[in-house]
Amino acid sequence: MAVVFERTKGLRPVSTHYCPGCTHGIIHRLTAEALEELGVLDRAIGVAPVGCSVLAYNYFNCDMQEAAHGRAPAVATGIKRVLPDKFVFTYQGDGDLASIGTAEVVHAAHRGENISIVFVNNAIYGMTGGQMAPTTLAGQRTTTSPLGRDPLHAGYPIRIAEMLAMIPGAAFIERVSVDSPANVRKAKKAIKRAFEIQLEGKGFSLVEVLSTCPTNWGIEPPLALKWLRENMIPYYPLGNFRDKTKEEATDE
Amino acid sequence: MAAKGKVTFSRDLCKGCGLCVSACPLKILEMDRETINEKGYNPAYCADPQKCIGCANCAMMCPDQVITVERF
Ligand SMILES: Cc1ncc(C[n+]2csc(CCOP(=O)(O)OP(=O)(O)O)c2C)c(N)n1
Ligand code: SF4
Ligand SMILES: [Mg+2]
Repeated sequence: MAVVFERTKGLRPVSTHYCPGCTHGIIHRLTAEALEELGVLDRAIGVAPVGCSVLAYNYFNCDMQEAAHGRAPAVATGIKRVLPDKFVFTYQGDGDLASIGTAEVVHAAHRGENISIVFVNNAIYGMTGGQMAPTTLAGQRTTTSPLGRDPLHAGYPIRIAEMLAMIPGAAFIERVSVDSPANVRKAKKAIKRAFEIQLEGKGFSLVEVLSTCPTNWGIEPPLALKWLRENMIPYYPLGNFRDKTKEEATDE
Repeated sequence: MAAKGKVTFSRDLCKGCGLCVSACPLKILEMDRETINEKGYNPAYCADPQKCIGCANCAMMCPDQVITVERF
């Protein structure tokens, strides 16, 4: 008899504050497993955001630093430049990264900072009670778009992965989803690859992970996965948008 | 038929979300309506352990690292 799945050492042995069925828990696990498997837990420094994952520093089994709302890429830049031998990652929601923190992530990518970002897109501000985010889909109901987001009034949902992929300093950009076991396994591969890019010194890497917020979407957890699959994936297509290591290989 | 796999639940960590129940291809996981765990939820359990194939799909979807999976 062989153990084929057990709790990763990359997470502290504590229960999280996340709502039942919230996929932040899955994405924490994938991030922690990648840190453990790459052997960097003892030299990793994670930067936590503001949002539901503000308490991520209680869960990851490595050094953690809290950042002001949206500023995690700037804080990570400072840490990595002062301590280049550390492995530095941020974990950020869509309200954090794609709204108040858009400037920080765009400039960190342009500078080609050698940091890795796990970007959790659940199309809403979870922590503050389900307000519309820049990533909220057209027609999606939130507490601040009770009739559904109207692009003529509120603009169009922002596609971060596609946007960052056009930036010359970005080395690795991929979008994944955690709506099914197969997609969770793919998400793990992408996060691990993004982390390897930093370890190889190749520069800025980001994985956008499509996630659920059953509580604020008002949908029970298994059906929230279905809602993600049917509504988010058509607008936020999955796949790799940039991999400089492959581009270099074809240039040669 | 002998079981090919075995799932063990840290029941007091379970938040009763049901993601494992919907991920299991053999549909052998259920919420235990007879039990209330430390957190106040009906925790998940395996209702038909003999059928488990140890695929770990349940553990893949569990947001709370409740499940350990073994394969024979
Ligand atoms: C400077 C500042 N502005 C606004 C807020 C309020 N606020 C807290 S969390 C949040 C958005 C969180 O949404 P997201 O990043 O998508 O995380 P989620 O909770 O959905 O995981 C906002 C606007 C704040 N804490 N600080
Ligand atoms: S409010 Fe939404 S994002 Fe926040 S923990 Fe609950 S389900 Fe997760
Ligand atoms: Mg969010």
